[in-house]
Amino acid sequence: MQTPKTIIQKIWEQHVVHREAGKPDLLYIDLHLVHEVTSPQAFEGLRMNGRKVRRPDLTFATMDHNIPTRQRLTINDPISKKQVDTLQENCQEFGVTLADIHHPDNGIVHVIGPELGLTQPGKTIVCGDSHTSTHGAFGALAFGIGTSEVEHVLATQTLWQAPPKTLNVKVNGKLGTGVTAKDLILAIIGKFGVQFGTGYVIEYTGEAIRSLSMDERMTVCNMSIEAGARAGLITPDETTFDYLRGRRHVPQGEAFEEAVTYWRSLATDEGAVYDTVVEIEAADVEPQVTWGTNPGMCIPVTASVPTPDASDKPSEKDEIVRALDYMGLEAGQPISSVKIDHVFIGSCTNSRLSDLQKAAEVVRGRKVNPAVTAIVVPGSFSIKLAAEKEGIDQIFKEAGFEWREAGCSMCLAMNDDIVPPGGRCASTSNRNFEGRQGNGARTHLVSPEMAAAAAVMGHFVDVRQFTAQEVS
Amino acid sequence: MEPLRTHQGLVYPLNRSNIDTDQIIPKQFLKRIERSGFGQFLFYHWRFDDAGNPRPDFSLNDPKYKGASILVAGENFGCGSSREHAPWAVQDFGFKIVIAPSFADIFKNNCVKNGILAIQASEDQVQTIMKNAEAREYCLTVNLEDQVVSDNEGFSLSFDIAPYPKEMLLNGWDEIGVTLTYEDKIEQYELLYK
Ligand code: SF4
Repeated sequence: MQTPKTIIQKIWEQHVVHREAGKPDLLYIDLHLVHEVTSPQAFEGLRMNGRKVRRPDLTFATMDHNIPTRQRLTINDPISKKQVDTLQENCQEFGVTLADIHHPDNGIVHVIGPELGLTQPGKTIVCGDSHTSTHGAFGALAFGIGTSEVEHVLATQTLWQAPPKTLNVKVNGKLGTGVTAKDLILAIIGKFGVQFGTGYVIEYTGEAIRSLSMDERMTVCNMSIEAGARAGLITPDETTFDYLRGRRHVPQGEAFEEAVTYWRSLATDEGAVYDTVVEIEAADVEPQVTWGTNPGMCIPVTASVPTPDASDKPSEKDEIVRALDYMGLEAGQPISSVKIDHVFIGSCTNSRLSDLQKAAEVVRGRKVNPAVTAIVVPGSFSIKLAAEKEGIDQIFKEAGFEWREAGCSMCLAMNDDIVPPGGRCASTSNRNFEGRQGNGARTHLVSPEMAAAAAVMGHFVDVRQFTAQEVS
Repeated sequence: MEPLRTHQGLVYPLNRSNIDTDQIIPKQFLKRIERSGFGQFLFYHWRFDDAGNPRPDFSLNDPKYKGASILVAGENFGCGSSREHAPWAVQDFGFKIVIAPSFADIFKNNCVKNGILAIQASEDQVQTIMKNAEAREYCLTVNLEDQVVSDNEGFSLSFDIAPYPKEMLLNGWDEIGVTLTYEDKIEQYELLYK
């Protein structure tokens, strides 16, 4: 009998083009997603060496990071404009399909890949973007790469990669009412730290993972990189197949059923051994809020900001002191007492239709606090249209949110959507690093529901109690 | 890429953990389409105030570290975004070697592709180097062939590196050129599976 294998090992083995001692494996890449920020130097490298894109048919580009969200067609910043134009020219020159700014398929790269059915179980997927881990939600091996590697994949459709270690994150039991996938992944990172996944690919398993929708699974896998893991994936199941059936780039009809048979075979074999296993009880997870300057610095909304004494490691003490200082928080202050002035609902973590639906339910019939500027940025053009069809935009607008065009927006503030210095933002994105949302800006990561409730109250509240209250 | 065999240089200690690539090079500098010129933006918001003036309290602005080529930092260096602009900035500023207790995977990969050697040392070794470099002008010699870092006062450490990145760095290879010598294998694979 063959040794039982994890899904990670199965996908890996199926993609080894060449193996020799003393070298990493030469791994075939099935899908290469490209965006405007990390690709110009790669295309330039090809040009300088007279090289071509080996498989334009396996390469798909979009522009998302620089896109303005008020009037998407007018990029005022000439350097942003140049970057966007450069992608256009490169795609044309090298024959790569591009969902450009005018295209109905346009959106955040990690939102449109799944939407279009480009993302499929068993594929190796790369992109010059660390949140490529998102696509792991479908049982794909998907990871972020640097620009040199982008060039390498463009030229060869392969990468030299050492087989990763495998890490099983097992989530037992069920999440409580009002507790979301975002809270779960934040709690996981909070519990095990921002580098417990370094050197690993994560497989998320357990009852709580199985009961997540595809949108929720994407939220979890998206933040694998925030735990240090380049990739995190979930074995595909009926939920996955139902999501994919009929999407543009998946096999259709009978061919789809054949694909499903193959996809089922990817599941981790019984008895397969991971290099590391960690477990967490879903029932213990509460709605989370980050208080500091990395995603591991998070606490339940019911808790208080830690004091430097919370750690006995001098380097960690220092980190807490510096984070408190940057965030303008008092040690020991209840997180629910923290007042915010910005709310951002969006990003490749939480900008999908169901995220917007859930946030809209929280604000329906309520008003955004006058001290708060709140924006909603759908993850793609098609999500925006779908939401408008359901009247979700109206709910947000009536509450006082701005309803914007699709893009990365305030997740990294490369366009005009910037939190001002000293501003404080409840954000559904994935990184609360210093300056991420604007120089001097303070970011608190939360779920869409928690962000919506904070928008109304002007400070953090436990969304479980908030939604139980009548709209006044 | 320039080959890297041995290197001797001044150490700059940056005693912080979890330094993410947003700190190494903030997003407003990612809009450039060139590969060079990022050094001026390295650790931008730590080095400069809002008016663009150097912050005197940030150690990299201390003249005693001028010309440093070995960066020593706390654990999980280079976490966050995959932006290769981060190692480009590190290198363009003048650093050839980074030493830390641990690195983020993507950052470490990106270093190799640019001829930067990322050395993983123990927390204690890193702290020893930090203390020396904070106290005085402190130089280290790195020998990649032998995988050893040493000073001339008797301190030395040996480090691990996988054979492939070592070979890449020692020879300064163009990786794509190497891979294209395997083109027949890639074609075979595509014929069978794609
Ligand atoms: S939404 Fe944010 S994290 Fe996601 S791809 Fe865009 S910038 Fe990166």
